[in-house]
Amino acid sequence: MENEPIIEVRQVNKSFGKNHVLRDFSMDVNQGENLVILGKSGSGKSVLIKCIIRLIDADSGSIKVLGNEINGLDQEPLDDLRSKIGFLFQSNALYDSMTVRQNLEFPLRIHWTKEERLKNGYSAVMEALTDVGLAHTIDMMPSELSGGMRKRIALARALILRPKVILYDEPTTGLDPVTGREISELMVSVQKKYNATSVIISHDMNCIRITSNRVIMLIEGRNYADDTFENLKKSNDPKIKEFFT
Amino acid sequence: MNPLSTYIKESPFLKEIGEIALFTKRFFKEIAKPKQEYAEFLNQCFWIGYKSLILVGVTGFIMGLVLTIQSRPTLVEFGAESMLPSMVSVSLIREIAPVITALICAGKIGSGIGAELGSMRVTEQIDAMEVSGTNPFKYLVVTRVMAATLMLPVLSSLANAISLYGGYLGANIRGNVSWNLYWFQVFNVLNYGDVLPSLIKTFFFGFAIGIIGCYKGYYSQKGTEGVGRSATTAVIVASLLVFIIDLIAVQITDLLGLT
Repeated sequence: MENEPIIEVRQVNKSFGKNHVLRDFSMDVNQGENLVILGKSGSGKSVLIKCIIRLIDADSGSIKVLGNEINGLDQEPLDDLRSKIGFLFQSNALYDSMTVRQNLEFPLRIHWTKEERLKNGYSAVMEALTDVGLAHTIDMMPSELSGGMRKRIALARALILRPKVILYDEPTTGLDPVTGREISELMVSVQKKYNATSVIISHDMNCIRITSNRVIMLIEGRNYADDTFENLKKSNDPKIKEFFT
Repeated sequence: MNPLSTYIKESPFLKEIGEIALFTKRFFKEIAKPKQEYAEFLNQCFWIGYKSLILVGVTGFIMGLVLTIQSRPTLVEFGAESMLPSMVSVSLIREIAPVITALICAGKIGSGIGAELGSMRVTEQIDAMEVSGTNPFKYLVVTRVMAATLMLPVLSSLANAISLYGGYLGANIRGNVSWNLYWFQVFNVLNYGDVLPSLIKTFFFGFAIGIIGCYKGYYSQKGTEGVGRSATTAVIVASLLVFIIDLIAVQITDLLGLT
């Protein structure tokens, strides 16, 4: 349903020793929107999305994803929930000892039966690869691909289970501006095709401009500002302004 | 708090032992759960076992050859040259072949697992498995530890057999022992008390090599430097554990009267 929160984060705190990364951080992400979280390096953006998928446990607070309180969820329901969430890692995290096809088939091993994999596995892999424009790389190894191609393959792997939520951790970092723009446009097109909700961690202004419906500024561990890209760009707040100059 | 308690609480050495114990406990917990990764287990048996055959075979042959050549002059001095095949076979089967095989495997397999998992950790591949709903501990750790545990006895048995062939060659470089007499003397002196304890301890060697390699790799940190450190420390700790297990195994066989 439109505008019903898909992700609800309430007063989340996370510290690493004396470094208090997230301080009572709260936000909502609505169905079908592309939310960008913008902040300086080391401000806790990646920690936040890793808390959302529970790669990192929050110290306190509540995180609900698709109606499930993620903290304290048992392993089996957590794995079920994770099958509805795609995650694009900053480093792509492709399995380097597997081919592109095996990389994409990997999530299917757990969530599909053997019969389903035999019947529909290849077509699902081909569809995901076609969506990112790299169907011809199916038998290649990740080491044979360029940085931009690896990013696309990682995105195809994140899409293979047709997730309802896609989390992007700095999707354009390390890419040249042209490839970065292509990836940003690809993110918008897959979001439309899959009708997915996206949370994008980025400090690449081009990527934010192309992909965002809404931007949250994460400053000093808090939700400092929450508005559209254009409105934030016009802001006179010095802490916000320094990102747009 | 007295200094001893402070040391126990803050010692990185004791902390590491505790963490390895917890890691081992998790291994047994995961192996008891249903849905094992059989395909990956067989794949690991291939890499750990089959891919080590030549290395272990060549080493075993050289072990037997060198031990026989080195032992001969001493036995000749005592007029016991005829005891050469018996002495060499007991030394090889009971101690030298299993321990040297385990040390070679600690180097090859322990470092390989440590580096592979370490590299997967620092490039977020383990995290990627986790978010895809796969249990990375079961997929990566359980399969490798099980493969190492089951393949070490196979490799050690191979090393035992080939080292005895090496011994035959060594006995005939300076002396003259017929094929039949050599094997008669070898099997005449060996009994189950020699073979079984030696075989059983190789399961523990394999387990130790697998669990240490996986532990070091799984919790690797600090980028590529950390990967290198994981591989190196995996070899060092696994080799040390091989000797400790061997020491314990000798005491147990002694207590059971199998020596």
